[in-house]
Amino acid sequence: MTDLTDLTVAEIRDGFRAGDFSAREVAEAFNANVASAKALNAFIVETPEKALAAADAADKAKAAGEALKPLSGVPIGMKDLFCTEGVQTTAASHMLEGFKPTYESTVSKKLWDAGAGMLGKLNLDQFAMGSSNETSYFGNVISPWRRGGGDNAALAPGGSSGGSSAAIAARLCPAATGTDTGGSIRQPAAFTGISGIKPTYGRCSRWGIVAFASSLDQAGPMARTVRDNAILLETMAGFDPRDSTSLDLPVPQWEANLSSDLKGKTVGIPREYRPDGLNAEIAALWDRGIEWLKDAGAQVVEVSLPHTKYALPTYYIIAPAEASSNLARYDGVRYGQRELPDGAGLQDMYAATRAAGFGPEVKRRIMIGTYVLSAGFYDAYYTQAQKVRTLIARDFEQAFEKCDLLLTPTAPSASFALGEKQADPLAMYLNDIFTVPASLAGLPAMAVPGGLDSQGLPLGLQIIGKALDEQGVLNAGLAIEERAGFTARPEKWW
Amino acid sequence: MTESTYRIQGATGEWEVVIGLEVHAQVTSQAKLFSGAATAFGAEPNTQVSLVDAAMPGMLPVPNRECIRQAVRTGMAINAKINKWSRFDRKNYFYADLPQGYQISQLYHPLVGEGEIEINLDEKNPDAATKRIGIERIHVEQDAGKLMHDQHPTRSYVDLNRSGVALMEIVSKPDMRSPAEAGAYLSKLRTILRYVGSCDGNMDQGSMRADVNVSVRKPGHEFGTRTETKNVNSVRFVMAVVEYEANRQVDVLEAGGTIVQETRLYDPDKNETRSMRSKEDAHDYRYFPDPDLLPLELDDVFLEECRQSLPELPDAKRRRYEEQLGLSAYNAATLTADADTARWFEALLAEGARIQKKSEGEVAKASANWLLSELYGALNRLGKSLEDSPVGPEEGAELLALVADGTISGTIAKQVFEIMLETGERAPAIVEEKGLKQTSDTGAIEAAVAKVLADNGDKVEQYKAGKEALFGFFVGQTMKAMQGKANPQVVNELIRKALA
Repeated sequence: MTDLTDLTVAEIRDGFRAGDFSAREVAEAFNANVASAKALNAFIVETPEKALAAADAADKAKAAGEALKPLSGVPIGMKDLFCTEGVQTTAASHMLEGFKPTYESTVSKKLWDAGAGMLGKLNLDQFAMGSSNETSYFGNVISPWRRGGGDNAALAPGGSSGGSSAAIAARLCPAATGTDTGGSIRQPAAFTGISGIKPTYGRCSRWGIVAFASSLDQAGPMARTVRDNAILLETMAGFDPRDSTSLDLPVPQWEANLSSDLKGKTVGIPREYRPDGLNAEIAALWDRGIEWLKDAGAQVVEVSLPHTKYALPTYYIIAPAEASSNLARYDGVRYGQRELPDGAGLQDMYAATRAAGFGPEVKRRIMIGTYVLSAGFYDAYYTQAQKVRTLIARDFEQAFEKCDLLLTPTAPSASFALGEKQADPLAMYLNDIFTVPASLAGLPAMAVPGGLDSQGLPLGLQIIGKALDEQGVLNAGLAIEERAGFTARPEKWW
Repeated sequence: MTESTYRIQGATGEWEVVIGLEVHAQVTSQAKLFSGAATAFGAEPNTQVSLVDAAMPGMLPVPNRECIRQAVRTGMAINAKINKWSRFDRKNYFYADLPQGYQISQLYHPLVGEGEIEINLDEKNPDAATKRIGIERIHVEQDAGKLMHDQHPTRSYVDLNRSGVALMEIVSKPDMRSPAEAGAYLSKLRTILRYVGSCDGNMDQGSMRADVNVSVRKPGHEFGTRTETKNVNSVRFVMAVVEYEANRQVDVLEAGGTIVQETRLYDPDKNETRSMRSKEDAHDYRYFPDPDLLPLELDDVFLEECRQSLPELPDAKRRRYEEQLGLSAYNAATLTADADTARWFEALLAEGARIQKKSEGEVAKASANWLLSELYGALNRLGKSLEDSPVGPEEGAELLALVADGTISGTIAKQVFEIMLETGERAPAIVEEKGLKQTSDTGAIEAAVAKVLADNGDKVEQYKAGKEALFGFFVGQTMKAMQGKANPQVVNELIRKALA
C-alpha cells in the first residue's frame, strides 16, 4: 500500500470516495508524521483530535451513504494567523500566547464546513512579518530541505508562511492555508518546492485573520500540486459581508476548468525583473519556464513594468504604516499579554506590554509605520507611496494590454541558511523583490516549483495574472508543472 | 439678518467674541457604525459589545447603511452639499476606552460639506431677528467606550457599550458672536436633528455634546487665538462657557498675556473652564485612510430616497402655521420648536378637523391655545411630558369639539379635562354621565337670573348707579346657579335684558 501522506489532496479526496482507504487512516497517517517531526518546529499547536474528528465524520457520512463534502477526508494545516475557535491563535507572537478565540475565521470555517480536518496551527513569522520564519516567538521553523554534499546547515523554509511550506514539503500535511502580504505564500512555496497561490485581493475574506497590512493581506492555499491549490481555493474564496473589501462575485470552478493548453495566450516577460546580477541559476530556470510555456502553446513577448524598482520601498512604507495602526489593539487591556510593573499607570502598562509582547521585527515595522504616518512626514512617505502604488498598478494594466500573464522568478535566491540574513533587515526585505509588485497591485500570483539548483535546493517560478484571472494563472502553473516534472522531495532527516 | 451687538467691556475698550461649535450627535440607529451591536442607552456595562467593538484580532468594520443614511438626511436638512464620494480615516491614539487603538473618522473627505442653519434670536417674533450660521462639514465617526474609576479602589474599569456607536460631528463656521447666538444655534440644531430623526438630542444622556471654540478680538480685527472647551452637555452650559471663556480671555489679554491654543474642560459646579492640555502636548494622530474600508460611494437612488424621507423642517412648518393656520408667531414658534410637539399638535388638528367636519385652519387656533395652556399646564403640574400625556390628541380633539359645537362651555371643558386626566375617561362620556351639557333653555336661565338679581338688590342698585363692572358678578352668579351649564352668550343676553 502507498504511503497515504504521499498523496495529493485530489488523490486523498478521490481515493476516500472510491473506498481505497478511510478518512481515519489518512488522518492517522498525517498525525503520525506531525508527531514525529518536532525537529521541524512547523506547528505551534497540534490538533490530532480535530483531524480525527473530521475524518470520523467523513467516514460516518460515507458509511451512511450521505452526500460527501468537497474536502471530506482531507486533513490540512492552518497557518496560525487564522483565528480558530477554542484553539490557541498566536500569530507566532508572545503577545497572543494563550489567546483562544471565541470565533472562527471565515476562511477556516469554510474549509471545516467543506469537510476538511485540522492537523494543527502552523508556525509563521511573527504577525506574518518576515521572510525566513526567524521572527516567530515560538522558534523558527526549519526547512526539511538540506543542501547537498553533506551540508547540514539548517535552512529557512521561507516566510511568513514557513510552517505551511515546511509541513507540506515534509508530508506533514497535504495542503495548508497561507497568507500573503508581500510574498508570504509564494516565497516559502518556492523555497520548499511546493505551489501556492495568492488570489486577487478580495477573493478570500480577511475576517478572522490577524491583520498585518489590510490593503495587502490575502489568504491563499499552499499544496504540492496546482490542482490541489485550485481545489482549496474554491473552498476558501467567496464573498463575505463581514469584510468590506471582499469581492461580491461568484467563485469560479477553477478545478473543473484546469487546462494546460495555453494556445491563444500571450505570456509577458517583464524586463525589469532581470536585474544585473540576477542569480544565474534562477535566470536559467526562468528561460526554461519560457520554453515550457511556449511548448504549451503560449506566445511570449517582452514587456516593461517601469516602476518595478520602486515597489519594494513603496511596500515597506505602506505595509508598516498599516501594521503600526493594526497592531495598536494589542495593548494589554482586553486580551493577550499584559505586563503590569509595580505601580504602573496606563501608559506604563502599554509600554511594558508591547515591549514584552512584540519581537524586534514587529517593533521595527511599527516604528517605521509610525514614522511614515507622523505629522510632517506623511506626505513625503505615505502619500507618495500611495501614488507610486497607483503607478505600479498602472504598469501591470499597460503590460496586460499586450499579454495575458506574466512569468517571473518567485524569489531572487534559493533558501538560505537560518541566521544568514537576520542581521541585515534590508537583505531580508530583498527576498520580496519579485513578489511585492503583484501584492501592491492586488493581482493573483502563483509560485510553482521549476527545478533544483546546483545545491539541490528548489527554485520557483511565479505567474502573475490579471485581476480575477486565477484560472489563467492556475492553467499556466499547470503547464509548467507538467513540463518541469518536479518530483524532488527532501530526504527525511528529522 | 441681525448683527450682534454683544460686546465685552474691557479696560481697553470693547471686545467681540467669536464662537464656533463642534457638535457630536449620536446617530439614531439600532446598530453601531461598523458592527451589528445594539446601541440602547443605559444597558448593563459591556452587554452591547460585538467582537468588532472590542477590537478582537482579525475583526473588520462594515459600514452600517442606516447610520450613513441618517447623516446624509441631516446634511440635506441643513442644505448642505452631500459628498457622493467620501472616505474613512483612522485617527490613531492609545487609550483604554479605545479598543482598536484608533478611531475610525473622516478627516480628509467628509460625508457632508458646507451648509447652513438659520437661528432665531427673538422667540416671540422669530422672523424679526434671524442669522445664518455656516456649517463647515458633517462627518461620521465612532464613539469611544467609557472608563469607570469608581468601581474599584485601585483599578479602572472599561465599559465598551458606547464603543463604536455612530456619531455625527457637525462643525460650524466661526459665525457666532454671543452666548445667545451659540445657545440659539445649538437649540436650533437639536430641533432639526429631532425633526429629521437622526439624533434624539438628549444632551443629558450624552447623545449630543458640544466642543466650544471661543476667541475674542477687537471689533474689525483678525481672529484671536481660540480655546476649545470639550464635551459641554447642555445649551445653558454652552452659553456659560462662552461667557466665562470670553471674559477670561479678555482679562488675560488686557493683563498683557497671550491666549494659548489649548483644550479646556468646563466645571459646571464652579462655572469655570480649566486647561486640559495645550497644543504642544497634542497628540500626533497619524490620520490615514482606513485600509479595511472602501471609499463610501453614494448613488442617486440612495440620495433621492434620503431626500424623500425628510419631513417638513421646523422653519417651513413654523411659517406654514402662521400663514396657513393663522397662528400667532409666538404660538407657531412654540409648537414647532420641538418635533414631538408639532407631531402631537398636527394629530390634534387632524382629529379636530375630522370630528368637527371643518378645515384644519378653522380648528387651529382653539387647538393651539388648548395645547399650549390647558394641556401644557396640566402636564407641568403632573410632571409629565407630551410623550406620556394621559390624554392623547384624539381625546383632546373630542373635548375641543364639544366646546366648539356649544355642548359645553369653556369653563365646563376645564372640569371635563380634569376628570379626563384623573380617570382616563373620554370627554363625551364624562359630559353625558355627569349631565354637564350646557343649556340654552331661556326659561331656566331667566329664572336663575331673576333669582340672582333679587338676592343681590344692593348690587343691582350699584350697577344702575354706574358700577358696570358688576355685570361680570351677575354672570358669574348665574353661571354658578346653573352649575356652569348655561350657554354664556344666552346668560349675557338675558342679564343685559333684565337690567335694562
